Amino acid sequence: MKIIFRILKYCRPYLGYFILTIICTLIGISLSLIAPLLIGKAIDFTIAENHVDFAGLIKIVIVLALTVCISGLFQWLQGLFINKLAFGTVKNLRSELTVKLEELPISYIDSNQRGDMIARVISDIEILSDGLLQGFAQLFTGIVTILGVLILMLMINMKIALIVVIMTPISLLVATKITKLSHDAFQKQSALRGNIGALTEELVGNQKLVKAFAYEDRAEQRFSNINQELGEAGLKATFFASISNPATRFVNNLIYAAVGTVGALGAVGTLPWIGVMTVGELATFLTYANQYTKPFNEISGVFAELQNAISCTQRVFEILDTPSEPDDSNFEKLTSCHGDLEIRHIAFSYTEDKKLIQDFSMHAHTGQKIAIVGKTGCGKSTIINLLLRFYEIQKGEILLDGKSTKNLTRDSLRKQFGMVLQETWIFTGTVAENIAYGKPNATREEIEQAGRSAHAHGFIKRLPNGYDTVISDHSGLSQGQKQLLCIARIMLTNPPMLILDEATSSIDLRTEHRIQKAFETLMQGKTSFIIAHRLSTIRSADWILVMQDGNIMEQGNHDMLMQQGGYYASLYQSQFAG
Amino acid sequence: MQKLFRFLKPYKLELILGPLFKLLEAIFELLVPIVMAKIIDNGISQNNTSYIGKMCALIVVLGICGMCFAITCQYLAARCAFHYGADLRKALYQHINSLSCTELDKLGTSTLINRITNDVTASQSGVNMFIRLASRTPFLIIGAIVMVFIIDAKLSLIFLAIAPIIGFLLYFVMSKTIPLYTKNQKKLDNIARHTGENLEGVRVIRAFSRQKQEVKAFADECADLEKSMLTVGKISAVLNPLTFIVINLGIVAVLWFGGVHVDTGRLTQGNLTAFANYMTQILLAMIAFANLVVILTKAQASSIRVAQVLETVSTMQDGSELSDSANSEIAIKFNHVNFSYAGAGDSILENINFEIKKGQTLGIIGGTGSGKSTLAGLIYRSYDVTQGEVQVFGKNIKNYQLKALNKKIGLVPQKAVLFTGSIAENLKWADENISESDMQKALDIAQASEFVNQLQYGLNTHLVQGGRNLSGGQKQRLTIARALAGKPEILILDDSMSALDYATDAKLRTALKEQCKNMTKVIISQRATSLMHADLILVLDDGACVGKGTHDALLKSCGVYQEIYHSQMQ
Repeated sequence: MKIIFRILKYCRPYLGYFILTIICTLIGISLSLIAPLLIGKAIDFTIAENHVDFAGLIKIVIVLALTVCISGLFQWLQGLFINKLAFGTVKNLRSELTVKLEELPISYIDSNQRGDMIARVISDIEILSDGLLQGFAQLFTGIVTILGVLILMLMINMKIALIVVIMTPISLLVATKITKLSHDAFQKQSALRGNIGALTEELVGNQKLVKAFAYEDRAEQRFSNINQELGEAGLKATFFASISNPATRFVNNLIYAAVGTVGALGAVGTLPWIGVMTVGELATFLTYANQYTKPFNEISGVFAELQNAISCTQRVFEILDTPSEPDDSNFEKLTSCHGDLEIRHIAFSYTEDKKLIQDFSMHAHTGQKIAIVGKTGCGKSTIINLLLRFYEIQKGEILLDGKSTKNLTRDSLRKQFGMVLQETWIFTGTVAENIAYGKPNATREEIEQAGRSAHAHGFIKRLPNGYDTVISDHSGLSQGQKQLLCIARIMLTNPPMLILDEATSSIDLRTEHRIQKAFETLMQGKTSFIIAHRLSTIRSADWILVMQDGNIMEQGNHDMLMQQGGYYASLYQSQFAG
Repeated sequence: MQKLFRFLKPYKLELILGPLFKLLEAIFELLVPIVMAKIIDNGISQNNTSYIGKMCALIVVLGICGMCFAITCQYLAARCAFHYGADLRKALYQHINSLSCTELDKLGTSTLINRITNDVTASQSGVNMFIRLASRTPFLIIGAIVMVFIIDAKLSLIFLAIAPIIGFLLYFVMSKTIPLYTKNQKKLDNIARHTGENLEGVRVIRAFSRQKQEVKAFADECADLEKSMLTVGKISAVLNPLTFIVINLGIVAVLWFGGVHVDTGRLTQGNLTAFANYMTQILLAMIAFANLVVILTKAQASSIRVAQVLETVSTMQDGSELSDSANSEIAIKFNHVNFSYAGAGDSILENINFEIKKGQTLGIIGGTGSGKSTLAGLIYRSYDVTQGEVQVFGKNIKNYQLKALNKKIGLVPQKAVLFTGSIAENLKWADENISESDMQKALDIAQASEFVNQLQYGLNTHLVQGGRNLSGGQKQRLTIARALAGKPEILILDDSMSALDYATDAKLRTALKEQCKNMTKVIISQRATSLMHADLILVLDDGACVGKGTHDALLKSCGVYQEIYHSQMQ
């Protein structure tokens, strides 16, 4: 219930449309319900040969035509208003969610599956829109129809109306029973559909491996097993759901027959307690009896959809309720810095039970080159997370030009760093847009200059539209080319500090060699942190941090560390081991 | 759709009986208003109570029969559709397995996954709905029209006037909205793509402090989507109210002209009532028919996409020879091999010649895009050479049965991919019946046993998709163990030691050398140190072999190799 109120809060800007929807539904449905009444009246004016009251008939016919047109008009308006309400609410909710995405702590984004979060932004909100808002319209229409029909039937003939009411539980029972049966089966079906999707994605996505291992037969067997289960479950689900129409039609039929018998007997006069009934009234009544049962079915369907929509909405609200990175707009905004970075007695762990950095200090002076070395998984990226405050340190402090980074805004701190990460990030857009990501107002000359300095100009020129070629992460650029673009990005913003996370590991060696020179120019006067396997780069560093299992094992320059003869020395020597 | 008919063949019975039962139900349904008209005309006007009772019982009986027929039809429809779907899905998957890499590249894997899942489902529901509705709705519409013709031919002209109007309405709204819906779906896909990119690049976005611009871009996309959804909504909102008005105005006409006919005695009051009832029935049938058309259109589009895959034939012909028949001391031999991808003009590899003996190590080095992986792929025939020939153990690989060739070769791919399931299940990929001690041995050589044994569940540790719960280096070592577990005669390591630190890399190479003496090794690497002990090193540059020999020989003679080596050793 809480959730429904919360959704209503998002509907508030569209309160006017909400009220209009209700009014239009009331008018549109009521008028459409009066139509059978008028038709019945019209039939009563046509009793038999030479007994047709044309004066009465024309009046009724005109009123009927007007009623139908006005009802249609309001039904149309109802559709328009509900669209405004639903689509507007969806837009607001989705926008708010995307705002949230930019504010969420990195730790949250790291610990949640990307596909799942995308599903929340896209399909969960779609289901919310379909199930909750359109569902609401259906529900409301259904209730108004049932009540309206009931009132009209009671007005025509209270006793026959009571017969219909007594038979209502049958409709309800049939509807809920079928909904429940098919709901369970549908759930099983969608779970299996998820399974087969995941299996296919894994196998077909790696088809070359399947082939190389001659795994086809077993893959087919696995596929076939789930496939068969899915077929059975789908058969059940669809069959149960498809019973609902014939079953309702049958219940309708029963009511139709009951009303027909009693009504006809009433008209004949056999059952005096029914009261006198005209043929027209009987026709009207039959139409109503038909209209009365249908909404029960729809409503039970709507309830199933509502449940689904509510659980989806919950998933959306879960993200919205995650605390954002704390507001820091009152803190000092750093406009520039010298790049003098001091780390004092910091401690940090991702989780309580696995302690990583316990007490670490170092001082990087302006323009120094700091190399971070260690085996894979030793926690090198943790350093980046802490320097750029993607994660917050738990003890100690980091000082930039003597100012504690805690007292600076995160944005202004991060702008001081230029970063080329292990995983390159190329978004869908032109090459120029990708390069100018950090400096959107850069001129074309500046962009091309950055491209040249990063040795990317050559291959960019060879793309179909040069700098205006639209690229994406999957558009066929090689890993090396993508990395060159990321380097060009940094060339353009020219920040006072650099973080290079294995920046050159997947660029081919000859290009790497050239880039190395470009980097050296870039790094001049800048404080740089470099994470790399290549010991030649590391050797020329001013200071080396050696990491293992999330801890900084050793620090010093190359000669110092080699003399120590510790972990670094053995790592260095193993490069030449056979 | 026509191309997939053969998958419907086994379910002919359902296909014929389903609509037949539906037809019976529709006939019974059509009879009800007539019976009611009889009650009004004969029962009420002649005060015949027992007649009324009998006729009402008849309505109930008609209802029961109708329901039974309908449920039978629904069952047959669901049965036919889901068996058809399962068959189709299986056939499609089998067919994909039979395609070679050339076709897979051309089709693209993401679309194949979509076709197996979504498109088959759409095609399947098309079959289901077709059986359920294709006979019922047209029959109800035509039946109702025939009925009213019988009752009063002149009055039924009103029907003939209204039906085309409604038909046009349906056509108009659908032809306008269907393309717009596709467009909206694209916009939604775009937002999804943008969201994914933002999650992936969150660190870059924040490092550049571009959050505000991203938020604005999102807001624009959402508003744009809302706008176009409202546009479609406006058109489709017209459909139901307009049909309602048209049908009811038709009833108005029936009442007025019917009144005239009753006055002249051509029509009875009961028949007039029945007339109005048929009008409503047509309305409902028309709407059901529109839904059917939408579903069938979608199913048609999907079926075409499925058929496309099924029509793609593998360009690679399987050989017939089993592995036992080959017995040469030369493990791999390339004889003037040229290669270019189908449809792409430029050669990827040009005139490659070399041979390597059983048990020796071949190293391949070169920059990105120089053709290293392609060359390795030619050994296990992921593609066929354009010119020349590749021999494995003295036989042209085209003569081998593909599966037999693959059994000989253990591949460690560049991207360390593991599959959902336990570590043991992953190690069983090459050989289903491998013993646990053989698995341990493979792990030992791959330098993976240490960390695997430290895991709480050891070999039974469950890997989530792609092995995301392991580090890059751990994954790479497991992929090496997986290849070794098949006890291949040739092991191909496609730049698959890049995530290993130098110490582990060295240990692994030593273990391979000592414990797999008879195994021929092909190592692709960017690191000269990983290859310097190979018996033969090929230096590739832009598809050409610019150097061939041992480390020492190449250091003396090959400029490209010198450059690579010194850039790493300086």
